[in-house]
Amino acid sequence: MSRIRPKVLAIASGGGHWVQLLRLRPAFEGCDVVFATAKEGYRADVGGAPFHVIIDANRSNKLRLLRSAWSIFSLLRRERPDVVISTGAAPGFFALKIGRLLGIRTIWVDSIANAEELSMSGAQARSCADLWLTQWPHLAREGGPNCFGNVL
Amino acid sequence: MIFITVGTDQPFDRMVRVIDRWAGETGRRDVFAQIGEGGWQPSHIAFVEFLEPVEFKERFARATLIIGHAGMGTILSALLHGKPILVMPKKASLGEHRNEHQTATARRMMALGNVNVAFDEVELREQLDRIDSLQARAVIASHASGGLVEGIREFIFQGGQRS
Repeated sequence: MSRIRPKVLAIASGGGHWVQLLRLRPAFEGCDVVFATAKEGYRADVGGAPFHVIIDANRSNKLRLLRSAWSIFSLLRRERPDVVISTGAAPGFFALKIGRLLGIRTIWVDSIANAEELSMSGAQARSCADLWLTQWPHLAREGGPNCFGNVL
Repeated sequence: MIFITVGTDQPFDRMVRVIDRWAGETGRRDVFAQIGEGGWQPSHIAFVEFLEPVEFKERFARATLIIGHAGMGTILSALLHGKPILVMPKKASLGEHRNEHQTATARRMMALGNVNVAFDEVELREQLDRIDSLQARAVIASHASGGLVEGIREFIFQGGQRS
């Protein structure tokens, strides 16, 4: 079952979520990494690494949320990663939620933008993150989320 | 060139209006703004609604100064490029964002010495009037390092208990 090189799906929405995910790349050295985000325009950021565009969505559009979840389910079925990691937001949460149902190990790194409380997705990720992280020490709690540091 | 960015989500007219008025009054011409889809259109500064990521990076690299919403993409890009940055937090109460996190982000990042912050229009105008004295903060490394990266690596390679 176990591969020599773990396969990681790194997934995030655009903007700051994506910038933070890219900064975590040293954590994936020695892994086969597949990137997924919401805009084709970000492809140039990952060099030659496998790159997929998924449907982004937020809570204001329920139908789009469903389409987003479906696009992520399809991606997970196709890629079959060992680990899913996300810095947010809604698409990342779906990837963890669905990934866990498929037996994939999951990592949530809540955005450093959430300095006062976890994001809504980040709080919900508690239910499906095997490794559940905040980037702010003062938001870490006994029983999670943990804080190991930040992307700076 | 001063590069203004409101982020990828929603316009930030409150910020753009102050900058446009300042540029008009002072005759400042070296300003370029990304105003967001359907954003209020300024009359004294060049603008586009949206920039593709590659163009965004080019604009960023060429800029001498960044003024933006308090989004982490904007802040991290400025730190990465070693550009002076002034941010103004978007407010959900004014329909500028989905939640109020930007004010906290700005306050915390300011405390860490990473950004200059204007919390409202008055402060923005004050900062604009002495904008050329704004200094770049310390440049950050191209990638994250330390505990966060190590912790994630350990989890990926050695598994680990549910946190």
